[in-house]
Amino acid sequence: MPFFRSHVLISVDPECLKRGAHEVMDALQDELVQQGLNEEVQILETSRIGDPVQFGPDLMVYPEGVHYANLSVDDIPFLVEEHFLKGRVVNKFVAQESIIADEELGMPKAKEIRIVLRNCGKIDPNNIEEYIAEDGYMALGRVLTELSPEDVINEVLSSGLRGRGGAGFPTGKKWSFARASASTPKYVICNADEGDPGAFMNRRVLESDPHAVVEGMIIAAYAIGSSQGYVYCRAEYPLAVKTLNIAIQQAREFGFLGKNIMGTDFSFDLEVRMGAGAFVCGEETALMSSIEGKRGEPRPRPPFPAVRGLFMQPSNINNVETYAVVPQIMLRGPEWYASMGTEKSKGTKTFALAGDVKNTGLIEVPLGITLREIIFDVGGGIKDNKGFKAIQTGGPMGGMIPTKLLDLPIDYESLASAGSIMGSGGLIVMDDETCMVDIARFFMDFTQDESCGKCVPCRVGTRRILEILNRICEGNGRDGDIELLEKLCYEIKRDSLCGLGQGAPNPVETALKYFREEFEAHIYEKRCPAKVCRNLITYEVITDACTGCTVCARNCPVTAISGERRQPHLIDPDICIRCGICMQVCNFNAIHII
Amino acid sequence: MQKIIDNIPANDPIAIPEKKAIIDAVLNANKDRQGGLMVILNELQGKIGFVSEPMQQYVAQTLQIPMSVVHGVISFYSFFTTTPRGKHTIKFCMGTACYVGGTQQLIDKTKQLVGIDPGHTTPDGKITLELCRCVGACSQAPVIVVDEEIVGRVRPNKVPQVIRPVMEDKADEPAA
Repeated sequence: MPFFRSHVLISVDPECLKRGAHEVMDALQDELVQQGLNEEVQILETSRIGDPVQFGPDLMVYPEGVHYANLSVDDIPFLVEEHFLKGRVVNKFVAQESIIADEELGMPKAKEIRIVLRNCGKIDPNNIEEYIAEDGYMALGRVLTELSPEDVINEVLSSGLRGRGGAGFPTGKKWSFARASASTPKYVICNADEGDPGAFMNRRVLESDPHAVVEGMIIAAYAIGSSQGYVYCRAEYPLAVKTLNIAIQQAREFGFLGKNIMGTDFSFDLEVRMGAGAFVCGEETALMSSIEGKRGEPRPRPPFPAVRGLFMQPSNINNVETYAVVPQIMLRGPEWYASMGTEKSKGTKTFALAGDVKNTGLIEVPLGITLREIIFDVGGGIKDNKGFKAIQTGGPMGGMIPTKLLDLPIDYESLASAGSIMGSGGLIVMDDETCMVDIARFFMDFTQDESCGKCVPCRVGTRRILEILNRICEGNGRDGDIELLEKLCYEIKRDSLCGLGQGAPNPVETALKYFREEFEAHIYEKRCPAKVCRNLITYEVITDACTGCTVCARNCPVTAISGERRQPHLIDPDICIRCGICMQVCNFNAIHII
Repeated sequence: MQKIIDNIPANDPIAIPEKKAIIDAVLNANKDRQGGLMVILNELQGKIGFVSEPMQQYVAQTLQIPMSVVHGVISFYSFFTTTPRGKHTIKFCMGTACYVGGTQQLIDKTKQLVGIDPGHTTPDGKITLELCRCVGACSQAPVIVVDEEIVGRVRPNKVPQVIRPVMEDKADEPAA
C-alpha cells in the first residue's frame, strides 16, 4: 500500500468549481509530478472547506492542517516549492478567517475568565440543541444518575460559591437549610429582578444563555426537594421574559422539565413571573410577596425563606448568576471552581463596567482582582484622558471608593471594610468632573422613591436625608448639616427592616467619609468644586474665543443665548438653566463655567 | 349579590365590548393561579394600556377580593397606570450610567421640543414623556426609549432627530 506523507484535500464544491478548482487541481498534480512528489503527496477531492464565495478555490493540507485559499493556477509552482519541498507554510495564501466576536461583549479582555458568560453570543438562545452541544444538561444527567441530594449540596458547599445577588451568603449552606425543612411543597425561586441601575449582567445571561439558569434551578430543586419553581423577572426586561419562556417550553419538550425528568422519579416545573417596576422587589421577601400577588413589602426575618418563604413554604431563592454557574461546578468539579478567586471569595464574578471608562460593558473576572486592574487594565482607563475620582460598587446600596483605595481586591470582605458592598456587580467609574454631593443626592433620590414605605426609618429617614442633600446642592446648606447627615445615616442603617433601608445611606456615608471637603465647600463657600450643581455655577461665553457661529444659541433649550452672527454671544444668567448643552456643542471651547 | 359598579364612563374599557372580552379572557385564564393578581394586572396593563378604577373594581369583584387590595397593588408598582398614556411614549432612562452620561440634558432638550414636562402627556394625547428606571443598556448610555425601542449614545444635539418619528406621528406607519 503506497504511503503518502501528505494529503491535499481540494474543495470541489460547485461554487469552487466555478472559480476554477479543477484547473488548480490539475496544475497541482502536474507540478507534483514535475517535482517528483506525486508518490509522496496525494490529492483528494472533498466538499466545501471554508465559505466558497469568500475563499474558493481553496484546499487543506494535512497533516499540518493548513487552509490555503483564493488560489489560482499561477500560485501553484511557488506553493509546491515552498510548502512541499522546503516545508514552509506560505502565509500569503493562508485563509484569513474573521473571528466573530459578540457585538456587546467583544473578545475577552485582559484578565477575563468567562464562565457565566461562556455561551453568550456563541449559541442561539432560542435553540436548546445548541446549549446541549455545549455540554448543556450533562450536569443534570450526572446529578440525577450519580448523586444524592446531599452529595449535590456538599459539592456546592466545597466549591465555595457565594450568592451572586449581593449578600454573598454561601450557596451550599442556603440549600442545606431548605433541604432540612420538612414541610412541602418547597419552592425554588430565581431572582431576576436586576434593579440596580448600572447592572445588566443578569439581563445578558437571561437573553443569551437561559438554559444555564434553568439547568441550575433544576439541580437546586433536586438538592432541596422541590417540584415547583418561579423565575421572577423585572418587567423592564421583556426580551429576557420572552427568551426564558421559549427556553422553558423547549426544556419541557426535551424532558428536562415536567414529570419524571430523564426517566427518574424526580419532577420539577418552572414558571416565569413578571415584576411591575418596583426596585424593592429585588429584596428576597418583597419578591416573594410580589409573586403572591401583593404589594412588594419585605417581611422581618426570622423566619428565613428556607423555613417559611413563598406561600409560607420552605423556599430557596438565589440570583440568576448563582444558578447559571451551578451546572459548570457540577460538571467540572468543586475544586476547579475553588481554584479561582481568593480564600473566602471563590470563583469568578460578572461585572457591568459603566461610566467614564473607555471600555464599558460586561466583564467576568476572578474575585480578588484589584479595582485598579479593573479600571485601567480591563476597562482601559478613564475616557477622554480625564482624571479618576471614584468608583461606585454595588449599586444604590453600595459606596463610593476613592483613588487611595484602588488597590483594594474585589472580594466580599474587602469591599465591606471600605464601607461599600459587592452588590450585584454594577461598577460605575466617575471622573473628576463628577460632584460627589450630587451623586450622593442622585442615589438617595432613587432609594427614597423606591422605598416601600413600610418602616419609619427608611420611609421618613431617606426623605429627610434627601431634603438636606437637595438644600446643600441648591446652595442652602447650613452649619450642622454634615453632623445631622451622619447621625441619620447611622440610625437608618441600624433600624431599617430590609436591605434597601440598611444600604440606602451607604453612598452618602462613603461620600462624607472620603469627600468631606466637597460637602464643606457646598455648605460654607456655596461652591461646587466639580462645577456641576446648577445653582452654584454660571455659564459664561469667553468673548475672545467666540466666533459668533450661533450653534450654542440654536441648541439652547431655553433660548438664553443672544448674539448676532459673527459677533460674540452672551448668556443671560437669569434665564440659563445650567444644562451645559451650549458648552458641549461649542466647537471653539468658547464657553466655560465659573 | 353582585355589587354594581357605579358611574362607568362610556369610554372605559369595561363599557366597550371588545375590550371587556379581553379583560374577561385574562381573568378566566388566571383566576385560579396562585398569586394571580400580579399576572392579571400585568396582562391588563399590557393589553389594554391602563387599569382604570372601574376595571379595578371589576377585577376585585371577579376575584372576590377587596377593592383596596387591588388598588393597593396598582398604586405600589410604577408600571401600572390608571389613565391611558399617549399614543407615543418617550422615556428617559434614569440609571446611574445614563445619569453620569448626561440624561438631564436630554430631558431639557426634549422638554423644549415637545412642550411638556416628564410625567405628562401632550394635550392632543399624542406623546407622553416619562422617566424610567435603568433598562440595562448601560454600555449605550445615555439611553432614550422611543415607543419601546432603545436608542443609545444620544447627544443633546441629536435629540430632534431621535424623536422626529414620534413628533411627525410616523412611528407606527407600516414599513414601505
